[in-house]
Amino acid sequence: MLKIADTVFDSRLFTGTGKYACANTMLAAIEASRSQLVTMAMKRLDFHSGSDDILRPLQGSNIKLLPNTSGARNAQEAVFVAELAREVLGTHWIKLEIHPDPKYLMPDPIETLKAAETLCNKGYVVLPYVHADPVLCRRLEEVGCAAVMPLGSPIGSNQGLATETFLKIIIDQAKVPVVVDAGIGTPSQAMQAMELGADAVLVNTAIASSADPILMARCFAEAVDTGRSAYLAGLGKVSAVAQHTSPQQAPLTAFLD
Amino acid sequence: MSFYECLQALPRAQLQMSLYNATAADVESALLGCQGDLSGLLALLSPAAEPYLERMAQQAAGLTRQRFGRNIGMYLPMYVSNLCANECDYCGFSMSNKIKRKVLNHRELEAEMAVIKSQGFDSILIVSGEHETKVGIDYFASMIPDVKRQFSYVAMEVQPLKESEYHDLVELGLDAVMLYQETYNPITYQAHHTRGKKQDFQYRLESPERIARAGVDKIGLGVLLGLDDWRLDALLMGHHLDYLEKQFWRTRYSISLPRLRPCVGGIAPKVELTDRGLVQLICAFRLFNAELEISLSTRESTSLRDNLLGLGITQMSAGSSTQPGGYVSPDTELDQFEISDDRSAEEVANVMKSRGFVPVWKDWERGWRPTLSD
Repeated sequence: MLKIADTVFDSRLFTGTGKYACANTMLAAIEASRSQLVTMAMKRLDFHSGSDDILRPLQGSNIKLLPNTSGARNAQEAVFVAELAREVLGTHWIKLEIHPDPKYLMPDPIETLKAAETLCNKGYVVLPYVHADPVLCRRLEEVGCAAVMPLGSPIGSNQGLATETFLKIIIDQAKVPVVVDAGIGTPSQAMQAMELGADAVLVNTAIASSADPILMARCFAEAVDTGRSAYLAGLGKVSAVAQHTSPQQAPLTAFLD
Repeated sequence: MSFYECLQALPRAQLQMSLYNATAADVESALLGCQGDLSGLLALLSPAAEPYLERMAQQAAGLTRQRFGRNIGMYLPMYVSNLCANECDYCGFSMSNKIKRKVLNHRELEAEMAVIKSQGFDSILIVSGEHETKVGIDYFASMIPDVKRQFSYVAMEVQPLKESEYHDLVELGLDAVMLYQETYNPITYQAHHTRGKKQDFQYRLESPERIARAGVDKIGLGVLLGLDDWRLDALLMGHHLDYLEKQFWRTRYSISLPRLRPCVGGIAPKVELTDRGLVQLICAFRLFNAELEISLSTRESTSLRDNLLGLGITQMSAGSSTQPGGYVSPDTELDQFEISDDRSAEEVANVMKSRGFVPVWKDWERGWRPTLSD
């Protein structure tokens, strides 16, 4: 069972709310994904009209909301958004995203660490979205983040686990849950992340922008379950085509004979 | 959770059983890659791995070359005192042993360092018996600045200290601390340490955590192979290493694999570790941890040391004396233990070169990290 801060999750698939054609499809897709944690951009919420089409339907469900700071360009803005989220949504959970770069939306590691430290000190449950940087993940863990969310490839790009080598290091080292976030475009890529030992994945674009989001959400749910089971069952090791039973070089232990 | 608590929670009997029940299939699987995998380390330390020694050696040699090249770091121990307030039945420094006791004073230290310097060493290991009142923090704090002025890399192997004391010594230029648990079996430990502060198994076991928190660059772990079942002790050292690497990721780690040697009034090994077993240990740790530094002292014989080059060893001492003042006046009456390889540093370095290895004398520029000694 996955536990982040004090909350236990049955599902290891986290999803989002953006890019859907309509609220009904979004709700149905989230339901089909069996996700229990759904992120939403605070900048998208319409607080004034009182008829927000993302928020309202979700608030009636059992799904945990994970507001994110998408749009924030520095630590100061992100902290402000987190405080706004706590005020409006009544949750101290925050997905910290700071991307000053509007083209590739690459997360800013320096501002993210600064904001994470501030927010952790204020008692937030902070889930930072970061590049797959093992040292940064350790630093974020040290300032008190409840999980780390390294990217698989640029957000929304569907390129899969371009950062696999570094994700493996992060997974190996982390003492908090590792959620692979961004870039997962196919169920097989989600499964691959879970086989590596990721604690969860966050998938939005691949589901929301599919021709059939509900069917795709179900596919991802199954892929995540299978990947997790395979990880728990223990995958076989990859070996070279043939194992040399006798060394090609001069023996190194002949002196012992 | 400290490693003491982790160790208590480990199922010792079960691990020992697994060690002796490991199968060829377990070893084959470990040989496909077991970096950071404690169950792989277990398989490679098991008797089942013995027929695979050549394959382990080939892989260990390859990994060592990939990570460390052909370099072998050269260091020398400098014994500064043989005073000891402990009674350890395997050690020549034990307080009840009737040997001449000596603590190097400032002038004697300078003379020792001059000899060591002239042999080309720039990395030094300060060694002392454990005598907190006479050779304690004040003594170390007064001498380390002098040592640091002459050597870029300063390590110490003395009694465990407090975290604040390690911190102070780091500010004075201390780079590394070697602190060997001797055995991870608390019962065996108590049987061999019968008097003095060293009796405190837990304090010693938790020392690497204090050392790491104090910001020491490198920590050396070790067990005295022969005190207890070496396979299990080595495996538990692997657990310790794994714990420390996860908790204190800024620190570098090294291990030493000293075998129990004859000494004045000493004991015979309970569980003998053969040369073959030592090779297995070195290779197993290399396959478990590609970055780990493994150091080899002059306890081992000339021919064994020469043949171990390349199998995983990364640091070597040469031309060592194990008594205070031993470089200036090389007699052996005060030795902590017998030296098996008594060749000079130059001779050892020449053998390394002839076998295609590079003796590295200087591997750190002290100016990069200014200390209070500057």
